[in-house]
Amino acid sequence: MIIDIEVNNKTIKAKRGETILSALNSNGIKVPTLCHIDGFVPTGACRICVVEVEGKPNLIPSCSYPVEEWMKIKTHSQRVIKARKTIVELLLANHPNDCLYCERNGNCELQKLAEELNIRERKYSNEREKLKIDPSCSSIIKESDKCILCGRCIRVCEEIQGITTYDFAKINNRHIISTSFNKPLNISNCILCGQCIMVCPTGALHERNNIDKIQQALNVINKHVVVFYSPTISVSLAEEFNMKPGKNISGIINAALRKIGFNKVFDSTFATDVYIIEQTKELIYRIENNINLPLFTSNCPAWIKYAEEYFPEILTNISKCKSPQQIMGSIVKEIYSEENNIPVNDIITVSIEPCTAKKFESQREEMTNNGISDVDIAITTRELAQLIRLHGIDLQNIEEEIADFPYHTRSSAGKLTSISGGTAEAILRTLNYKITGKELEDLKISELRNNKSVKEIKIKIGKTNVGIAVISSMSKAGDFIKTLPKRKDLHLIEIMACPCGCVNGGGQPIKADTKDIKSRIKSIYDIDRKELIKVAHKNPQVIELYSKHLDNLSEEEKQKVLFTNYSKRDVLL
Amino acid sequence: MLKNIDTIINKFTNSNRDNLIPILQEIQNTYGYLSEDSIVSVSKHFDLPTSKIYGIATFYDQFIFQPKGKYHILLCNGTSCHVSGSKKILKEIEKILKIKDGETTSDGIFSIQSVNCMGACSLSPVISVNGKFYSKVNLIEIKKIIKFYQTKEK
Repeated sequence: MIIDIEVNNKTIKAKRGETILSALNSNGIKVPTLCHIDGFVPTGACRICVVEVEGKPNLIPSCSYPVEEWMKIKTHSQRVIKARKTIVELLLANHPNDCLYCERNGNCELQKLAEELNIRERKYSNEREKLKIDPSCSSIIKESDKCILCGRCIRVCEEIQGITTYDFAKINNRHIISTSFNKPLNISNCILCGQCIMVCPTGALHERNNIDKIQQALNVINKHVVVFYSPTISVSLAEEFNMKPGKNISGIINAALRKIGFNKVFDSTFATDVYIIEQTKELIYRIENNINLPLFTSNCPAWIKYAEEYFPEILTNISKCKSPQQIMGSIVKEIYSEENNIPVNDIITVSIEPCTAKKFESQREEMTNNGISDVDIAITTRELAQLIRLHGIDLQNIEEEIADFPYHTRSSAGKLTSISGGTAEAILRTLNYKITGKELEDLKISELRNNKSVKEIKIKIGKTNVGIAVISSMSKAGDFIKTLPKRKDLHLIEIMACPCGCVNGGGQPIKADTKDIKSRIKSIYDIDRKELIKVAHKNPQVIELYSKHLDNLSEEEKQKVLFTNYSKRDVLL
Repeated sequence: MLKNIDTIINKFTNSNRDNLIPILQEIQNTYGYLSEDSIVSVSKHFDLPTSKIYGIATFYDQFIFQPKGKYHILLCNGTSCHVSGSKKILKEIEKILKIKDGETTSDGIFSIQSVNCMGACSLSPVISVNGKFYSKVNLIEIKKIIKFYQTKEK
């Protein structure tokens, strides 16, 4: 039911039952918040969103108070502004003064709020002991000193991922966000998805920055630095450079990476095609022999870590394929190096991913060969944007280029893997071809193209009625896996840790909202609509790679390049 | 030890979350502190993550996570003691014993814990060592008190 309320002497429409904040936002009135996350139950922790309601003696937190018909609201009265200013001044009293050196400099909600509220001096001085940075983890760094205790990370971790790595804890008489027993992150149960970084208003949680490592690698003479970027990067970088959100700029990225000084620029979507083909082969083998079904996808490293911690008993069901990032790395280090007579030790592989867990994956012991990692340096979309700015490259005025031979071709099926449901769609296309020898009549599988977090379909391929489930976010995955013993009709389960898949990954630009993510998804589907090669098995360079190299490898060598194993991980759950 | 923790937990037949604090209290009464194993058992019993249990337990001053030292120093940090400089005393103790608030020395002799009020505000700042109270403590006196217990141990 629609009701009228009065805001700043103007009448606006609001739905009965919604909060004041959502009514204000849908009418284009901006009220700042520090603890509110869209779609979550409000906690009212930060009190920045207070407004004045006529007839109420106290200021009211708009994020957690429902609208009522009689309300006369003032969102920016003197009293409200003064209250907000005091709150931010008190937060700043406990906040270090090192904005210039902060990861989030220029992109920090607290900094922006202090600027908006015209705070020009430190009103309350701080004599607190400094808290230590937790640098233990290869993906995520926690700086408790910068934390304002808004609790967003706790809620995302608990409600979306179902992990609850963090909670408020009192240690040495100070409240901090702590893992259980205040252990370092690398031995905690964190799956490193990076969703906490996406909601952190300050620089308290951020990724391990690898830009210095890249700069170092680029400056060493005689090193052959190879870079490759994930399918998602081309549709998520544009908005960092004031272009239309979701615009596909793969050509521009190729050119920019060459200008930065990388010796070769490849497209990881190529490796994704290899991944899809290998995974399909594995699925066919398992269906024919009826073993280890259902098959779980293995391209999400956060999901893999989750399975190792929470469900070690299903590790045999997870695909043995390495993730596309690692396949690309090992193809470069094993095949490309041999073909071009470059010693493996002289190659440095850099991978660009929309993900923080990929940093951890690249450092895994299982992903090495004679002590040499497949991928040496992994960076996120955010770091790529920073790297481009560092090298002063103007993306708006740059000619598009194509990626380097031989790993430059891709199918649109590979691109689809960046969306939840896409990997399953891509595998189904190839599966149908491998079993029946024909392509699917309609390559687009619309049941897999919606933003539900659990999707299930059944498709008749050959004689088998193939059952597929697609899940994004770990809390849903955990619930689903618990029901599995009763399900015998499923053959393939795709799991991604981030809601909506990699397009909403933990390494994506921080300012992005739901609209941007939708435009990224749309852009990927557009690519799939227009692309000529829509299936992984028709990628010409992949066919050549198989006939020239992969098919000639012995089982043992193939194992080294394409496959891996996972084992149980003991952590405090 | 694990088995005994389970018997404590199972005494509370109702696995209602209301019983969380009583169970933690009983474990602490039995063993003197909350070990990692005990938190894991409790978290399994309630089907809650360990970080949640740890967060709840750290909220209350009564719970400690390391075995107490032979001499357990309680330091009052109530309003009156705070105003009279209990923070400085705590810093001094931490400096002498080289441990932080809530920790135990590696030889197991001393442990410190700051608490909110011991109800002796007129005698502030107050500390107690194993139940023996010391009133109006200052920076010189605290050195003497710790020295006393240190020589006693030698």
